[in-house]
Amino acid sequence: MQYLVSVIDDTAGLATPEEMAAIDAFNDRLTAEGHWVFAGGLAAPSSATVIDNRGEEAMFTDGPFLESKEYLAGFWVMEAADLDVALKLAAEGSKHCNRKVEVRPFL
Amino acid sequence: MSVADVREAVTQAHHEEWARVVASLTRRFGDLDIAEEAAAEAFATAVARWPADGVPPNPGAWLTTTANRKAIDRIRRENKRDDKQKEAQLLHDDDSREPLDAIDDERLRLIFTCCHPALAMETRVALTLRMVAGLTVPEIARAFLVQETTMGRRITRAKAKIKAARIPYLVPSAEDLPARVSGVLAVLFLVFNEGYLATGPDTDPIRHDLIAEAIRLTRLIRALMPEDGEVAGLLALMLLTEARRTARVSAAGELVTLVEQDRGTWDAALIAEGHRLVRERLAARVAPGRYQILAAISAVHTSARDVRDTDWSQVVALYDQLVRLDPSPVIALNRAVAVAELDGPEVALAAVDRLEDKLAGYHAYHAARADLLRRLGRSQKSRAAYGKAIELAGNTAEITYLTRRREQLG
Repeated sequence: MQYLVSVIDDTAGLATPEEMAAIDAFNDRLTAEGHWVFAGGLAAPSSATVIDNRGEEAMFTDGPFLESKEYLAGFWVMEAADLDVALKLAAEGSKHCNRKVEVRPFL
Repeated sequence: MSVADVREAVTQAHHEEWARVVASLTRRFGDLDIAEEAAAEAFATAVARWPADGVPPNPGAWLTTTANRKAIDRIRRENKRDDKQKEAQLLHDDDSREPLDAIDDERLRLIFTCCHPALAMETRVALTLRMVAGLTVPEIARAFLVQETTMGRRITRAKAKIKAARIPYLVPSAEDLPARVSGVLAVLFLVFNEGYLATGPDTDPIRHDLIAEAIRLTRLIRALMPEDGEVAGLLALMLLTEARRTARVSAAGELVTLVEQDRGTWDAALIAEGHRLVRERLAARVAPGRYQILAAISAVHTSARDVRDTDWSQVVALYDQLVRLDPSPVIALNRAVAVAELDGPEVALAAVDRLEDKLAGYHAYHAARADLLRRLGRSQKSRAAYGKAIELAGNTAEITYLTRRREQLG
């Protein structure tokens, strides 16, 4: 079973070198224990472009699709046997990246 | 067998077997929804058939077999066997994570799943009352004064989340157990408290149905986890509180404080059982948790035949212990109320006043202040404090009591 662990941020700052080191070490452990699927950090929401190609031609709009104080700063995709395992890993992830996270199952 | 006897047998089977049937079906079919529906159908079948066929020698086995058949019927009816088998993998049952053997009962799996920390507190309460206690959705809706459709949606959403997010159907590992047990006890304590001091303007001041369910569920968990000190503590606390029930509300529907209660009407059997549990925990010589300390405080009160015999220094010492464990302002308030009996209302009032920042919106804070001010002869301030308490209180019997007290100030 796979879970999306979204990293939620409400400050403009990127991860500090200490946070990056902690995240790297955590990622190594996820890989070693078979939980790693994918992970990545994202550039600021202001760098986003929204595309809507449901109509005649593709529309491009500057900025995130949702303006909010909190935004998605990065994510992990993790393999976990059940929600208890995923919650435990996510709690560690939150500590290492020093931000709130949200756990959501894939279908 | 008379109709009344059969009805009694069904009720008893419902109390004793509901959780077991739901739990074993959940285990087998991996789906809370199927388990719940099939269990309900099996009990409906019992109601229809037992009057004519007689009560089977082993009602539990009969109900489980019938429910199993109903579940299989439903799965066939929906003609989606492959899908269902896939879904059966969803409610996860991973035996590589062996729980403690001693407490591996299917009903415990059910309880821990319903009280999972990933569910909102109100959802845990609703789900536990439905799946473990077997209350119907309309009953639960009435108990918490929400619409049936709202309650139905809440339970349906919870079942869907358990499935989609794969909340495991497991007794937590030994390392996680204490935190998870305390989550379960919080659910039971919430149900009990809503029964003990009902908050609705249109409900009885004491809700016997909720109290009875809370005690029944706590007894069940006690039977399943006899070594757990906090489970014993919560059960003792509930029993010692329930023992004073008839004394707690007067014939006129007014709350009667502990000091003024007719101790002759307390239930001696419940008190004896509660005291036994408290003594058992004392003998265990393990540092007590909050429920055990609260139970011990209740045991001190219920040991005094006359309020004047109350060992207040023991009560305050126990509150000191509790404050170290849980430095919440509500505990500090209760401690201050006990201090008034030991060191006088002046000292207690100073302690209560220090809590204003945190408790200004809590009726019990104003009620305690009002009482202390009254005892100190400061009628005007007392009257104002009673006013605030009445404004904030939700329990009808308590409002009646506070109103009379205010009027008596003259």
